[in-house]
Amino acid sequence: MYAPGDRVRVDSRWQSGHCRTPYYLKGRVGVVVSAVGIYRNPERLAYHKPGLPPRRLYRVRFRQEDIWVNYTDGGFDTVEADLFEHWLLPVAEELTS
Amino acid sequence: MAAAEGSQEAPRGVHDLGGLPLGPIDRHEHARTLYEMRVDAMLMLLTNPSCGAFKVDALRRAIEGYTRSEYEDLPYYDRWIKAIRGLLIEQGVLTDEQIEARVAAIRARQTPSGDAHVRAW
Repeated sequence: MYAPGDRVRVDSRWQSGHCRTPYYLKGRVGVVVSAVGIYRNPERLAYHKPGLPPRRLYRVRFRQEDIWVNYTDGGFDTVEADLFEHWLLPVAEELTS
Repeated sequence: MAAAEGSQEAPRGVHDLGGLPLGPIDRHEHARTLYEMRVDAMLMLLTNPSCGAFKVDALRRAIEGYTRSEYEDLPYYDRWIKAIRGLLIEQGVLTDEQIEARVAAIRARQTPSGDAHVRAW
């Protein structure tokens, strides 16, 4: 479970089948903006399963310059994505300061 | 736009295009067609809990399973109707034969100047 301000890394694992985590964010580090809610898992709903247990969904903010080559703006531009908890990994503070 | 170093080499889905150098986005609007509104309405009805034929997640999954040429060649709502057809068969709501028979019946009553719009995959 994450709280606003927590730094998280998007899991870069490959998974066959339906997945709402976009490719361009895999492996990237962002900051949790808010907890969006708790929803049935779309990766299971996509195959007519109940999607249980439900999963926490978070809005995560990334700096554009952390994502794209030759994108330098001092961290001003950001992109936010709604990502499920099982795609997020905690980032240790001592590694990020 | 190229992804910064550290991006993954795992395969990406045909639909997962974020950041690929595909040129400018065509932002021109066009009038909604009857066909597009019908496909949209069909999906809303089928995914409504009172019907529950399938979830919109299943529609996404079906579309994500297209070949690259299918995905790139089909207009937006054609991707939907192809997925809807497949999911109705997958869920046992309709059979392929029933859909083909209905399409044939509609085509048969279509006049040369008529506007009946028949698309089915």
